[in-house]
Amino acid sequence: MLSLLIQLFITFFKIGLFGFGGGYAMLSMIQYEVVDNHQWLSIKEFTDIIAISQSTPGPIAINSATYIGYTATGGNILGSAVATFAVCLPSIIIMLIVCRFFLNFRKNKYVSAALKGMTPAAIGLIAAAALMLMNNNNFTDYKSVMICVISFILAYFFKVGIIKIIILAGVFGYFLF
Amino acid sequence: MFTLGGGYVMIPLIEKEVVSKRKWINNDEFTEMLTLAQSAPGAIAINTAVFVGYKIHGTKGMLATVLGTVIPSFTIILLVAIFFTAIENNETIERIFCGIRPAVVALIAVPVVNMLKNKGFKINVIIITVMSAIAVWLLGISPVIVIVIAGICSIIYNTFISKQC
Repeated sequence: MLSLLIQLFITFFKIGLFGFGGGYAMLSMIQYEVVDNHQWLSIKEFTDIIAISQSTPGPIAINSATYIGYTATGGNILGSAVATFAVCLPSIIIMLIVCRFFLNFRKNKYVSAALKGMTPAAIGLIAAAALMLMNNNNFTDYKSVMICVISFILAYFFKVGIIKIIILAGVFGYFLF
Repeated sequence: MFTLGGGYVMIPLIEKEVVSKRKWINNDEFTEMLTLAQSAPGAIAINTAVFVGYKIHGTKGMLATVLGTVIPSFTIILLVAIFFTAIENNETIERIFCGIRPAVVALIAVPVVNMLKNKGFKINVIIITVMSAIAVWLLGISPVIVIVIAGICSIIYNTFISKQC
């Protein structure tokens, strides 16, 4: 149990430390570590967690850490606490250092140069997260493709809210599958 | 507490609460804080909480704002996790989630297109985006390595090759 908690801590600390570009960019990191590397979750469960995170309040990184911490330890709240703490810790350390010493750290030549390349890379990570979820587990037949395309059109062109789309997709799922 | 859909949605809410209502920090500081919070690694909401808390009341203030941000999410998700793991194998739930999973993929794809649009669909941005997506998706390279390499390459490029930086 202790070694599992330590692994959870290290994994989520790493996700928090390298999670540039906010929650969505962190998804591919979480998937790489939690689904592929440690196999704490199946890809289906991971997709369900994203859906739950998107439709509940709060940052996705915190939500997934809390949820995965709970399920990976077989339903232990301590796992949730450790994973959530670990994913926040790098933010706290880095932001405190920045606030204290480098308020103009963004104007630093090297930092701004690094960010120029890291921002598009973070967008690529979000794209990768979407692509990795497009597999046989999540897309069973043409009906899944249809739901995906319709959701994209509703969200992108008609600016329909995330919750409404998830509820709608759930209703469709209930009647179609 | 009342923010759905992740960090970016929270920004106007934070602004209203922290700048307009409570006047903890002024507008310029808020804009500066946002760029900082987005540039630093980690959840944007947490980064913002650290900044605001530290600004108002040092380390103690920081602890208060971070806990204030984390505790509602933590509690809600924990309750959902406890409830959901109990009903996960229910046939009705499984059918509902069969419909939700493809929608999730679409909802992750939307910010990709939006962010590229904000960058004006510039060709060098698109190349880096496509390359890192392929590296993670098809080649199975760790996202951490992709981010680090992108940063290092960008420093080398902007410092030694391009003079306009």
